Amino acid sequence: MVKKLMKGNEAIGEAAIAAGVRNYFAYPITPQSEVAEYLTWRLPEVGGTFVQAESEVAVGNMLFGAASTGKRVFTTSSSPGISLMQESLSYMAGAHLPVVLVNIMRGGPGLGGILPSQADYFQSVKGGGHGDYQLIVLAPSSVQEAVDLMILAFELADKYLAPVMIIGDGMIGQMMESVEFPEKYRDESNPDEKDWALTGAKDRKPRIVKSLFLNPEELEINSLTLDKKYREMKKSETRHELYKVTGDTKILITAYGTMARICQTVIDELEEEGISVGLFRPITLFPYPEKELFAEVIKDNIEYILDVEMSTGQMIEDVERIVKGARPIDFYGRTGGIVPSPNEIKDKIREMLKK
Amino acid sequence: MSNDANIIFERPTAMSDRITHYCPGCTHGVIHRLVAESLDELGLRERTVGVAPVGCSVLAYNYFNCDFMEAAHGRAPALATGFKRTRPDMIVFTYQGDGDLASIGMGEIVHSANRGEKFTTIFVNNAIYGMTGGQMAPTTMPLQKTTTSPSGRNVELTGYPIRMVELLSTLKTPSFIARVGVFSPMHIVQAKKIIKKAFRLQAENKCFTMVEVLSTCPTNWGITPIASTKWVASDMEPYYPLGVFKDYEEGEG
Repeated sequence: MVKKLMKGNEAIGEAAIAAGVRNYFAYPITPQSEVAEYLTWRLPEVGGTFVQAESEVAVGNMLFGAASTGKRVFTTSSSPGISLMQESLSYMAGAHLPVVLVNIMRGGPGLGGILPSQADYFQSVKGGGHGDYQLIVLAPSSVQEAVDLMILAFELADKYLAPVMIIGDGMIGQMMESVEFPEKYRDESNPDEKDWALTGAKDRKPRIVKSLFLNPEELEINSLTLDKKYREMKKSETRHELYKVTGDTKILITAYGTMARICQTVIDELEEEGISVGLFRPITLFPYPEKELFAEVIKDNIEYILDVEMSTGQMIEDVERIVKGARPIDFYGRTGGIVPSPNEIKDKIREMLKK
Repeated sequence: MSNDANIIFERPTAMSDRITHYCPGCTHGVIHRLVAESLDELGLRERTVGVAPVGCSVLAYNYFNCDFMEAAHGRAPALATGFKRTRPDMIVFTYQGDGDLASIGMGEIVHSANRGEKFTTIFVNNAIYGMTGGQMAPTTMPLQKTTTSPSGRNVELTGYPIRMVELLSTLKTPSFIARVGVFSPMHIVQAKKIIKKAFRLQAENKCFTMVEVLSTCPTNWGITPIASTKWVASDMEPYYPLGVFKDYEEGEG
């Protein structure tokens, strides 16, 4: 397999093509505009199209229409743009549409800034739109993993008929790394027959894609159907990675995405000082690897948990919920687009050990 | 005799056999039928997808015998764009009211029209929000009483009604933009021709087509169905003139 040196945003665009996407809808926003700049020439090479929409509100709703064809479709944006897509996310979840969205997060709230951030955890994982719904949320920590998770995202969207969100911070989008793509791209010439897709009511009854159920019994059934999917996801789709978690590990760091990667450097450097720290990195933020995290934290050697984020503390609420007071949890975070240096985190850990 | 009788009038194949929820005297039923007849006559039903709006026609998908999507308020043109760009071989139409299209969905309709998206919009203008109970719409007439303009629309505070057909006709890209009425048999016959033409142009892969239809709302206007059709002719039509405003085939598109 050939390795290519690519910017994260461009690699995400290429990964979508590898996954069989031929239709992409987006609105320019820093720090992810390179995806559109890449796909605007790359999609026509494979017979696809890119529509530059008038707003992210329109993008989300274009995705609704495009996904109703049964074909694989996706968009990319950054935090303020993703806020504008919350309406359509709620509708697409309610209508059981498989779509993939990528949020290359920047600092907020409001217009915020354009530098890397992880402040959209609540919005992605806890649901930014109205109603009983969840998104599958995947968090890559390298350009290669962003590519791999793109491919997985489309598989999961199709499997569960649900929107999937990939959240990477600005670092993932802007960084250049060597990356490999699948040798065989998904063949789009003969897509699977989908019994819900709108293909024209020829020799069959009309199909309707909708999230409207005026009868409360029917609406409850739709919500329960969604809930059943989320339970199944929690059972079958959690993914995580451990780094240097051993029988000697005293402090377990919880971190995801770029932050987890920086924490690996912290762990390597502290290891040289004889301090044993391990990392628990969730790859699926919903469904969260709850049992897996709990199993690690209750091991006798674990004394503290340190949650590290590029936010003022969002994922920590899930960590606290899962740990249920079994171990003390401390937090270190920077926000506003500041990426914590390994030294800051090492200082924090040394301070914790003094207690 | 009955076996040899020619059927001269029946339900279009593109309409389903259901009783609508529309109020007596509302012209949604007539407009639905004109759309369905056009799809039948052009042989398009089996490859058509409709997009229902939010408003009185939110349940339009129950009355058409073709595939349908139900959009968020105002976003039907965005859904239609996404669908048609992904399946250019299909026929797509949006069916939208005045609150949906001219208020909350203004951005989507203007940009879809300007990009020349190859779908057809049926824009039903009855100068009021029907489903939510008769509030002022962007197309409400000056001095027209609604639940949010109980003393009559005050143009000093709310501006004048928006003429969507005229507004969209300033764009270079759309291929066909027209306004029709359904307030007399003569107008219904004319409206049918124009709606059918919009669908034919779409089938011929022409850019954006839209037909605005002046409609009634006896329930929220608080007058009888007959008085309603008269009011469309006396009060709405002078402000919203009927006609073809843009036609690709006449060299104006």
